[in-house]
Amino acid sequence: MTNLTELGVAQIRDGVAAGDFTAREVAEAFNANVAAAEALNTFIVTTPEKALEAADAVDAARAKGETLGAMAGVPIGMKDLFATEGVQTTAASHILEGFTPHYESTVSANLWRAGAGMLGKLNLDQFAMGSSNETSYFGEVKSPWRKEGSNTALTPGGSSGGSASAVAARLCPAATGTDTGGSIRQPAAITGTTGIKPTYGRCSRWGVVAFASSLDQAGPMTRSVTDCAIMLEAMAGFDPKDATSLDLPVPEWEKGLNPDLSGKKVGIPREYRMDGTPQDILDSWERGKEWLRDAGAEIVDVSLPHTTYALPAYYIIAPAEASSNLARYDGVRYGLRDLPDGAGLQDMYAATREEGFGDEVKRRILIGTYVLSAGFYDAYYNQAQKIRTLVARDFEQAWADCDLILAPTTPNAAFGLGEMQADPLAMYLNDVFAVPASLAGLPAMSVPGGLNSDGLPLGLQLVGKQFDEQSVLNAGLAIEQRNGFTAKPENWWA
Amino acid sequence: MSVDKETVAKIASLARIQMTDAELEKMAPELNNILAWVEQLGEVDTSDVEPMTAVIPNTLRLRDDVVDADPLTGGGVQDKVLANAPASEHGFFGVPKVIE
Repeated sequence: MTNLTELGVAQIRDGVAAGDFTAREVAEAFNANVAAAEALNTFIVTTPEKALEAADAVDAARAKGETLGAMAGVPIGMKDLFATEGVQTTAASHILEGFTPHYESTVSANLWRAGAGMLGKLNLDQFAMGSSNETSYFGEVKSPWRKEGSNTALTPGGSSGGSASAVAARLCPAATGTDTGGSIRQPAAITGTTGIKPTYGRCSRWGVVAFASSLDQAGPMTRSVTDCAIMLEAMAGFDPKDATSLDLPVPEWEKGLNPDLSGKKVGIPREYRMDGTPQDILDSWERGKEWLRDAGAEIVDVSLPHTTYALPAYYIIAPAEASSNLARYDGVRYGLRDLPDGAGLQDMYAATREEGFGDEVKRRILIGTYVLSAGFYDAYYNQAQKIRTLVARDFEQAWADCDLILAPTTPNAAFGLGEMQADPLAMYLNDVFAVPASLAGLPAMSVPGGLNSDGLPLGLQLVGKQFDEQSVLNAGLAIEQRNGFTAKPENWWA
Repeated sequence: MSVDKETVAKIASLARIQMTDAELEKMAPELNNILAWVEQLGEVDTSDVEPMTAVIPNTLRLRDDVVDADPLTGGGVQDKVLANAPASEHGFFGVPKVIE
């Protein structure tokens, strides 16, 4: 009997359609893995009954000979940033604890329509702010990975750390993530999983708890490139309810997969070779170039001169948008309310927000409020928006010389939980390679790039032109086929 | 540019977040660190650069001018809208007395 929880999206979908096993068997197997993995703290809420209900619907549809959806029979984890009707949605915050939406986010609705089922709501950094999953009100997520010969708890990355951890630990074959400045790619990289952030606007943001609206983009996190292509196709699509949604047809990314890169030029940005980058990151980057060359691509040197300014610009723009987006949490319409005796409306707002937001969220709201305040708007916010134009222009100019860019996803492998908490700036640097593509709205993917000397996964990042997810996926597939990454964490948690 | 405790207190009040003295003390150096780091953006000459307003060129779409064009975002869902309210009365959100 196949171990069903080792299977990915394509294998489950095809196996259910062929009758090799039922969707219910798949859902039961993953429900059991989820129930046995409490030590990882990946789920805030589990919904085994939802997974079974969706599975039964798929099995019934198959029995009647109906056409099955693209994700039929695949149970997934849903990042707790997506509003799910009738199931608590918290963004891992205290201020939204107990909030039960009466509506469904467009992305999750698309996935259910495609036949997927929900195993539960996955833990994340509070309001998606963080790179280590330590800012969740519901406690930190542990990575299933450990350094060789060590029991130290490691971060799964963030903010989609619950998603990455759950996929790596075989608690689900796939999960949704969201990426504002690297929140899909960084956790995928350090957990040995695969994740893609599409072009800004491909996936509707309707019903996704907003962090920085000009950057937020949903995407899939899986264990293979093909699975990413299938799931992204199911998630994406025009949505009139989101004014920034792209009014374009969704390409058939799965059908278009082709690992032959003949005639493609892959750019290596020289500015990403920063001082202090560990040797094993550089080695993995070298291997990536070899694999792509072997797939027929030509490797060329390119320059993205404003790279060093991308991260500080991001840490002005994202908090600025966050300070405005998070103004809606005031204790009036939903969520927590703290009403001290005799307090007026303003006191209620201030008390509610003090109690409801964690330290990192407060820090970012304060920075955002400061850079948008009178007298500082031009010096900080406007200057950052101009830098954003320059970062996007860098990519535009690079496309004259190449079709794709290859870089490391992160400047280091997974670090220990608690290790970076004292210094917010050191933590921010984790997204130094991920942020530029976010600022430019480009599709970007992380695929496994091997293990470091401690036996921990490293990621390789592919960045493509606007709307060209296909080239990103194809190059990812070429790397995946040559890398033959089969390493998986030892099960110490069950 | 460096922010002192009083400035942080002012920002916190603009952001409607109550903060204790101890929290303000702790937050001031953290904000200073981050702001000192972002100051490097000032090095870049941006005199002839337009600030980015939209990352993907997109034209603003207007919704049809009809009532309840979309059943989800239209009207008629008062119960759902109020379902998560900490306090509601007579079909409205309940808040502490605003006018004496």
